[in-house]
Amino acid sequence: MATVFGYFNYWVVVVLMMTGFYVVISANNLVKKLVGLNVFQTSVFILYISMGKIFGGTAPILVEQPVVYTNPIPHVLILTAIVVGIATTSLGLALVVRINEAYGTIEEDEIHSLSEEESL
Amino acid sequence: MDHLPALQVVLPLFCAPLCAVLGRANLAWMLALAASWLTFLISALLLHEVLQQGVISYAMGNWPAPLGIEYRIDSVNAYMLLIVSAIGAIVLTAARPIVDTRIRLPENKKPWFYAAYMLCLTGLLGMTITGDAFNVFVFLEISSLSSYVLISTGRDRRALTAAYQYLIMGTIGATFILIGIGLLYVMTGTLNMADLALRIPQVSNTRTLHVAFAFLTVGVGLKLALFPLHLWLPNAYAYGPSVVTAFLSATATKVAIYILLRMFFTLFGAEFSFKTMRLDLILLPLALIGIFSASLVAIFQTNVKRMLAYSSVAQIGYIILGISLASLTGLTAGIAHLFNHALIKATLFLALGCVSFRVGAAKLERMAGLGRTMPWTMAAFVIGGLSLIGVPLTSGFISKWYLVVGALERGWWPVAMLVLLTSLLAVIYIWRVVEVAYFKPPPENEVIREAPLALLIPTWALALANLYFGLETSLNAGVARQAAATLLGVTP
Amino acid sequence: MKQYAVLRVVIRLLLPLILLFALYVQFHGDFGPGGGFQAGVIFGAGVVLYALVFGLHNARTIFPPWLLRLGMSLGVLIYAGVGIVSLLLGGNFLGYGALDAHHPEHGQHLGILLVEMGVGITVSAVMISIFFAFAWRGR
Repeated sequence: MATVFGYFNYWVVVVLMMTGFYVVISANNLVKKLVGLNVFQTSVFILYISMGKIFGGTAPILVEQPVVYTNPIPHVLILTAIVVGIATTSLGLALVVRINEAYGTIEEDEIHSLSEEESL
Repeated sequence: MDHLPALQVVLPLFCAPLCAVLGRANLAWMLALAASWLTFLISALLLHEVLQQGVISYAMGNWPAPLGIEYRIDSVNAYMLLIVSAIGAIVLTAARPIVDTRIRLPENKKPWFYAAYMLCLTGLLGMTITGDAFNVFVFLEISSLSSYVLISTGRDRRALTAAYQYLIMGTIGATFILIGIGLLYVMTGTLNMADLALRIPQVSNTRTLHVAFAFLTVGVGLKLALFPLHLWLPNAYAYGPSVVTAFLSATATKVAIYILLRMFFTLFGAEFSFKTMRLDLILLPLALIGIFSASLVAIFQTNVKRMLAYSSVAQIGYIILGISLASLTGLTAGIAHLFNHALIKATLFLALGCVSFRVGAAKLERMAGLGRTMPWTMAAFVIGGLSLIGVPLTSGFISKWYLVVGALERGWWPVAMLVLLTSLLAVIYIWRVVEVAYFKPPPENEVIREAPLALLIPTWALALANLYFGLETSLNAGVARQAAATLLGVTP
Repeated sequence: MKQYAVLRVVIRLLLPLILLFALYVQFHGDFGPGGGFQAGVIFGAGVVLYALVFGLHNARTIFPPWLLRLGMSLGVLIYAGVGIVSLLLGGNFLGYGALDAHHPEHGQHLGILLVEMGVGITVSAVMISIFFAFAWRGR
């Protein structure tokens, strides 16, 4: 039981990661693929945040006497990764908008068959 | 002079927003051009300094190394910086005619193209120069995001889907790298590469570290288009604008390979990567299958850009093959081929840029008779092609030679035979282009002129470099050998 | 949205507070949790809220495209500029200590304040631009 509940957040990470990854691979709709990608990335954010967190630790802000604090570095790192995630998502969605304007659809199989016709 | 490492990255970074606010495409181009040649100058100075005095370390924001971000330059990444900045500058010199006519952007958005180009250059240089593992991820994403933008500006609407596909696969790769770095941080509590290299051996028998290694390998493998993770590459290169393809094919995958080298040899150490994890058993077959299958697919392409894209996958296979030998000669071959392949592919794709500038598309049937109508362009293409095949007196020969010698040193003569055999496949696909261009009559009803000088001069500069570095090998092979020795921790 | 009087009044009351909170997060960032990125996002979210209720046209008159383009670039230029100034004053790149020769810690303070300001400007401009880019598309 300890392995299930003791590593609770890591199980969440694994489940989210696999869900997101599955959606990216299996979804046919380009927007859904991006949603899956976001879930996939979010799982990594949780991984980073979990590894820095100590139970009972506070934010590492200057105080008089030493206290137990949570390691801020993984959190700061993941802030950067979140920014990157936002940039990726918005760029991906912008591409989907352009694809929709060019092809009239955002379903991958339809786009694929339209492209196939073009290359013949 | 002390601040060259910082300026190397900051100069293009500073230039990118300036390009965006300028509002005029020509001004933006000139500014970007000046900045990119200056970065080239800086990288040349850095390489000189490293070869003279050894490793340069630069503490960002005056924070000392293990805590702060360190830029650390040894012969390996000084060499890479030179490749990236040189190709970036030369390709940008040729960019203007193509950006003016063959890019799907309204006139007022064209400065943004140069801003994206500069950001991509920033990212690639940053990935190469930094000595901090997390910094690698940040710069990787800067270069990747801007390269998705650059690819999506292609005229064909398939450029959009290619960019989307690249975005999905590239982000998965980058996220894998992020997971790997996170696991490394958990085990060691540091992100500085030099510090990591010291601490990893202490925990090298834990499963977390093995998992981190696996994630990093797959993630970087995706970015460098290692077979079978190369699926994004052919479309992205085929439908992106020619200048972008020339730039990315010569630099982006190469920098990813550099990250792989850094990881295998500096962070984890050759002992762990090749003795404990037996990477050679994985990389060698993948490299060989990649070379074979991609070369075979390239033969059957009718779009010449796509043909060369598949050939890029094959050439990456050669580089990986050299790395998987894990010997001084093999590694020298791999690193020298980084340089040579960058030259070769930049030449070929720029020549195709000239072709598509005049003919409209780089389709094989549209290239009929170009040997007569565009003699200079096609001559440059042939030189690039010969170098790709690995004909003696061209730069491509040097790396193939080291590769064969390296394989024979290990006693793997079948591998050496396969390298020679696959070079014949390259002869076939290059020959298909040459045959159409030189032995078919040009179409009668249209007049095709030679490409403008603004395109021809950079293309020829690269073509001549192919010949020059085939004869004068102190830079590509000599420094590559030194870099290989640095990675393996032996004296050359 | 003309008919939703309650919504309009509430937003009118809330909006100054949201923007003020953004500024608080921005300038308190060097003493406590906060900083340019969070502040920029809050600011951007405030503008998005305004655009949703009072219409895109009004929002675009307050933040015309040229201003956003300038903001996006200016922030990065401030960031890199601070780095280069500290480099010229004898420190390393982004070595804020060099900004004040006599009191390095004052220099640190000034440096981080300026850099976070650059980050805040860029992030808010980018957030608003992303929103406009999608909402304005096809008009």
